[in-house]
Amino acid sequence: MSVPAELRQRITDLYAAYADCIDAERFDEWPEFFTENGWYRVVARENHDRGLPLSVLSLKGKAMMKDRVYGITSTIFHAPYYQRHIISVPALTSLEDGVTAASTNYLVIRTKRDMAADVYNVGRYIDEIVEEGGGLKFRKKFCVYDNDLVPNSLIYPI
Amino acid sequence: MSMASNKCAVDDLMRASWTDDGSSRIPSAVYTDRGIYEREQERIFYGPHWSYVGLEVEVPEAGCFKRTSIGERSVIMIRNRKGEINVLENRCAHRAMRFCQERSGKVKTLVCPYHQWNYNYDGKLLGVPFKNGVKGNGGMPQDFQLEDHGLNTLKVAVRNGVVFACFDHEVEPLEDYIGEEILACFDRTFDGRKLTLLGYSRQRIPGNWKLMMENIKDPYHPGLLHTWFVTFGLWRADNSSRLLMDKHARHAAMISRRSDQVTGNIDENVTSFRANMQLNEPLLLDIVHEPWWGSDTVCMTTIFPNVIFQQQVNSLSSRQIIPQGPDSFDFVWTHFGFEDDDEVMTERRLRQANLFGPAGFVSADDGEVIEFSQEGFHQDKDFSTLCELDGRDVGSTDHMVTETLIRGMYRYWRGVMEA
Repeated sequence: MSVPAELRQRITDLYAAYADCIDAERFDEWPEFFTENGWYRVVARENHDRGLPLSVLSLKGKAMMKDRVYGITSTIFHAPYYQRHIISVPALTSLEDGVTAASTNYLVIRTKRDMAADVYNVGRYIDEIVEEGGGLKFRKKFCVYDNDLVPNSLIYPI
Repeated sequence: MSMASNKCAVDDLMRASWTDDGSSRIPSAVYTDRGIYEREQERIFYGPHWSYVGLEVEVPEAGCFKRTSIGERSVIMIRNRKGEINVLENRCAHRAMRFCQERSGKVKTLVCPYHQWNYNYDGKLLGVPFKNGVKGNGGMPQDFQLEDHGLNTLKVAVRNGVVFACFDHEVEPLEDYIGEEILACFDRTFDGRKLTLLGYSRQRIPGNWKLMMENIKDPYHPGLLHTWFVTFGLWRADNSSRLLMDKHARHAAMISRRSDQVTGNIDENVTSFRANMQLNEPLLLDIVHEPWWGSDTVCMTTIFPNVIFQQQVNSLSSRQIIPQGPDSFDFVWTHFGFEDDDEVMTERRLRQANLFGPAGFVSADDGEVIEFSQEGFHQDKDFSTLCELDGRDVGSTDHMVTETLIRGMYRYWRGVMEA
């Protein structure tokens, strides 16, 4: 089923706002992009393709996402770095009951202090987007990354 | 440089860099020097030491394979028609091609695409095209025998679903190699129950491979670096614990018991303790005791040179070390459960996996500190580390305030490398 132009525009804005939030390191706002029980998952393509359930991160619900935010801002020690998300135009499909499925290529470039920028994480968002509380939210966001040899660590949200 | 002069150069460097005969002051060159690294490859990874290659469950049927590495040599773990597991070097006997490029799969035979040399699951060469020439022209010499040109086969040992291999067929039996005390830790998790494969995490850590072994032989850091461990009582210096090693001190186990009641900070110098830290989602630490644990909640076992077995509450994994030169290694996590786990337990293991791996609440920072140590070794070639918590000698303990396991590994390492 085709997706109305207005909804398509709002979803494009959602992705732009999402990238802006994490690239600007406003991590406290990041869980607000999800529904109350939304599922955020970062998963190696190897596992995804083979149907293996392990994720690098699997956070179910905003509460768990808030715990992650506390972790990345307060407890996990790591070298500082910037992220820059480049997100493609999403391929959209309407599912049942106002749910829109989105498949979107993404590229995250990391720049560490005193270092050249490098391709950090590259893959595809497999998302489900719904209306909740007067806005669009991710009910599901799977970040399925191709470069499954993580360059040391992965701290901030993708 | 010739082989002989190279050997002398490494010998000289080894002699010059250690400050004494002990193993508590480890010089920078041990982490950064290419000659030392290449000797490690020969004597440790390709010498008489068993290396982890995988779990039996990864190759469930005949023809199922998994590609991995021992040291820098690519190998293939494959199940044959009799149900046995072989480990074959991924190098065609013809032109050295690393012919297997997929990480896993199922094949009828192993074929090198370059000239279609064809091997069975035992590594035997089945045939080569144009062996007898074409229309009377060419072909292999009369004395060419298929049986002389199989794949390099490694010695294999399988224990309770875990597969080890060794390039040196003279290596001692696996059980003797691991030793009685560490074998008991191994068997505690791997008691013969069927395993289930949950998936992989891979990271490339820009540090020397031994730093990861040290990290899991270092009970000093978890209660300091890892806020989660100290705040939620998963790993604290005041937990009841014991450290074990084999008679050579090359393998080790760190065993501990979670405190049910975390009463407060243990020492005013521990700045990572957060009295007010609470989880928004308590399910992240929904720990359920499993009968096979006994009273211990964590057992971290290091089997020299390339694997760590993790039981940290309900999260189980093997962590394989694949060196990539002196300054880098790949760290491959294979998470697993047991065949009799119900869905709730599988979900719990997957949820607790958030603590581990390249993004883990308590292990992302291990990779980071290893990277920074490596940078420090490079900037000061005359430096030696100080591993003298709890003295300078080597022995099992019943507490965590010690670096004895690291000293043990380097005592063994010096014996192998200086022989």
